[in-house]
Order: sequence, then C-alpha cells, then structure tokens
Amino acid sequence: MDEGYLGGYAVVGAAVGLGVVFVATGLLANRLLRPVVSTPEKYTTYECGIDPVGEGWAQTHIRYYVFAYLYVIFAVDAVYLYPWATVFDGSGYGVTTLVEMIVFIGFLATGIGYAWRRGVLKWM
Amino acid sequence: MTTDLLEVALRLAVVFVAFLTLPLLVGQLEHKVLAHMQARVGPMYAGGFHGWAQLIADGVKFPQKEEIVPAAADRTVFRLAPAVALIPYFVAMVVVPVGPGLVGQDIGAGVFFVLAVMGVGVIGTLMAGWASANKYSALGAVRQVSQLMAYELPFVLAAASVVMAAGSLGFTDIVNAWQPWWLVWQLPAGVVFFVAGLAELNRPPFDMPVADAEIIFGPYTEYTGLRFALFLLAEYAGIVLLCFLTAVLFLGGWNGPFGDSWLWTFAKAGVLAFLVIWLRVSYPRLRADQLQKLAWQLLIPVALAQLLLTGVVTVAW
Repeated sequence: MDEGYLGGYAVVGAAVGLGVVFVATGLLANRLLRPVVSTPEKYTTYECGIDPVGEGWAQTHIRYYVFAYLYVIFAVDAVYLYPWATVFDGSGYGVTTLVEMIVFIGFLATGIGYAWRRGVLKWM
Repeated sequence: MTTDLLEVALRLAVVFVAFLTLPLLVGQLEHKVLAHMQARVGPMYAGGFHGWAQLIADGVKFPQKEEIVPAAADRTVFRLAPAVALIPYFVAMVVVPVGPGLVGQDIGAGVFFVLAVMGVGVIGTLMAGWASANKYSALGAVRQVSQLMAYELPFVLAAASVVMAAGSLGFTDIVNAWQPWWLVWQLPAGVVFFVAGLAELNRPPFDMPVADAEIIFGPYTEYTGLRFALFLLAEYAGIVLLCFLTAVLFLGGWNGPFGDSWLWTFAKAGVLAFLVIWLRVSYPRLRADQLQKLAWQLLIPVALAQLLLTGVVTVAW
C-alpha cells in the first residue's frame, strides 16, 4: 500500500471497517446467545427518589461558557502550532519564525492571564 | 500487489489481536496490583493459577447477558454509543509504532491524527449519557465533556512540544530524533501529557464523570451486557494507547541500552500502566473546581512554558 501519502489512509479506513465488523459480530453473537426475559420493571430508568413529573426544561445559570471560549481560542492556536512546529527550525526559518510564534503564544498567554486575574477561572 | 494486501491484512490482524489482549492484560494487572496494594489477593479462582483467566471468563460471560434498553432511552443513539466510544482507540492504535518498522500503518501526520481520533471517543460517552434519559447519565456526560475541554489543551500542547523538538509529526521520526537528554528537556511536557491523558480517560483521580459514590456509573449507568463490556474495553484500550503514546513520544520508544528493540517500548509502556493503577490506589477523586484549576492554572501554563523552552533550545542548538 505505497500509493503515496494518502495510500496510508486507505489502511486507516480499513481499520475503521475492521472495528465496525468487530462490534457488529460481537453484538450479533450477543443477540444469539442472550436470554430475553421481559418484565416492565426492567425497562424503567435506573434512578432513585420520586419519579420526575412535568417538563424537563429549566433555566439554569451557565457558568461554563468562559471555559468553552478559552478552549476554542487555544484549540485554534494548537491547529496553527502543528504545521509551524515541523518547519520552524528548517533552513530559511529560524529566530524570526520563533519570535513570531512567541508573540502569538504571548497574546494567548496574556489572554489567559487576564481571565485568571478577573477571576473567571474560579469555579463557582 | 497481492503480497502488499497480504502484508496490510497481517499488520491489521496483529494490531487487532493486540487491541483485544493488551487491555485484558492491563485489566488483570489492575485486579491484582489493586488487590495487593489494599492487602487483598484479588481474583484467585478462574484458570487455577492466581485467577489469570478471570477476564477471559468475564469476556465469555458478557455476550450471554440480557440486553436492556430503558423504555425512556433514545434507542438508536443508545445502541450506537459503545461503538463510537471503542472504535477510535483501535484506529489510533493502528498508527502508533512499537518498534522499528513494527507499526500497523505509518502515516505522515501520525501525532496529529492520533490526537484528533482520541477526541472522538468522548462523543460516544456524550451519546451514551444523553440517550440514556437518566439524570446520573446526563450529569456524567456533561462532566466528561467539561473535563475533556479542560484537558484536551494541555494534552495537545504537550505533544506539540515534542513535535517541535523532532521537527516531524511522524512517530518513527520522533523516536529516531530522540536523545536521552530529552528525558530532562521534555520532562514537563511528558508529565503534562500523561496527566492530561489520564483525565481524558476518566482514570482516577480524574474519575468524576463516572464517580460511583455520586452518580452510580455516570454515562454508563443504564448499560448492560456486551454494550457495557465494550465501554469497559474502550477504557482499558485507552490506557494501553496512552501508555504507548507516552513511551513513544517522551521516553524514546524502542531506544534503549543494549540495542533498540520493541521490548523497550513494551517495558516502558508496562511501567506506565503500573503507574496508572498505582495512581488509582493512591489519590482521592478531584472535585470539579480542582479539576478546572489543575488544568487551567497549572498544566496549560506549564505546557506553554515548555513550548517556549523547546523553541528556544531547538533554534539555539
């Protein structure tokens, strides 16, 4: 399977297929081997206390969104970091390339420092 | 062409066998190590010698158990979730090399691919938690996702450090570029990577999403039989994958005294697996605020500092 760069991913695709076949075979075996003794109690939700009544919707205070924002910002950073990481030491690159990335990461570090100072990293 | 196909099939078959046996080995090791650390003996009956066949017996038992899908559950999503949680770990294992030339399939962007694929597993957990229509499951799923968001970053940034040092995204290139002094140079990244990986896998002390004393078994509460077993297999396959990744990226893989061999990779990964179990015995569970604090205020700053150090040292060298 050496048909260039993407040839390797054909094998990865085959691996996904093999995984699917494994799970499907297991579940089929399970279907053939298992007993089915159906009683209504078995199908109730495994919870304790009083059965819930009415609607499940309620308003709640969303505190986590700041973490989600920070995550998205840093995830974008990481995506840029990887292609850069493989070439920054190559010929034609060097100190300038490094300083540029340090400035980029510096902005993000300042951002997380700001969030930290403002106290949004404190869990409530 | 035929020999090529045969070789690919053989490689996939070997990885598949490893995918099914290594998690069992880690599981059995966990049974015994956990027991002895708590002054018990653990399973002793199955197979005769120190209960070595316990997990094989479990493997025979699970497919024979009745399957229950709660009446309130979203049936399709509920039944698909274990496959979504398990298959990514197998696919990731295919591209991680354990020795020179010993790999399911070497792909150019190996590190990037594995990090991306490992993130898919959490979708299975989220599907399980939401589709179960159970409050414990939903809470567990939400905890899992918030934990992933916090720990994915240090995980990815720490791996980026070693990619910078080696100048390549390929596992084999990284191992070939590795030098013993990297053990010191890349130590902070290695520790951050391993700890963040534990958190992604819900291993204690980061097991809040499945905390048994609070929410039964989190997203897996409603599962029975084989589907439950598939989730457990995913957890232990994740441990195996994390240990091999840490060994290959940060501990030099098959580099070692007395010549390079796949045995070194296995020895390093084995020690790490023991460490994973040891940590489970030793540390109490972290609370939600402690989890977030550890990730955002310790691991991420350390990972960023490591990136700076790696960049400066690489360019200056």
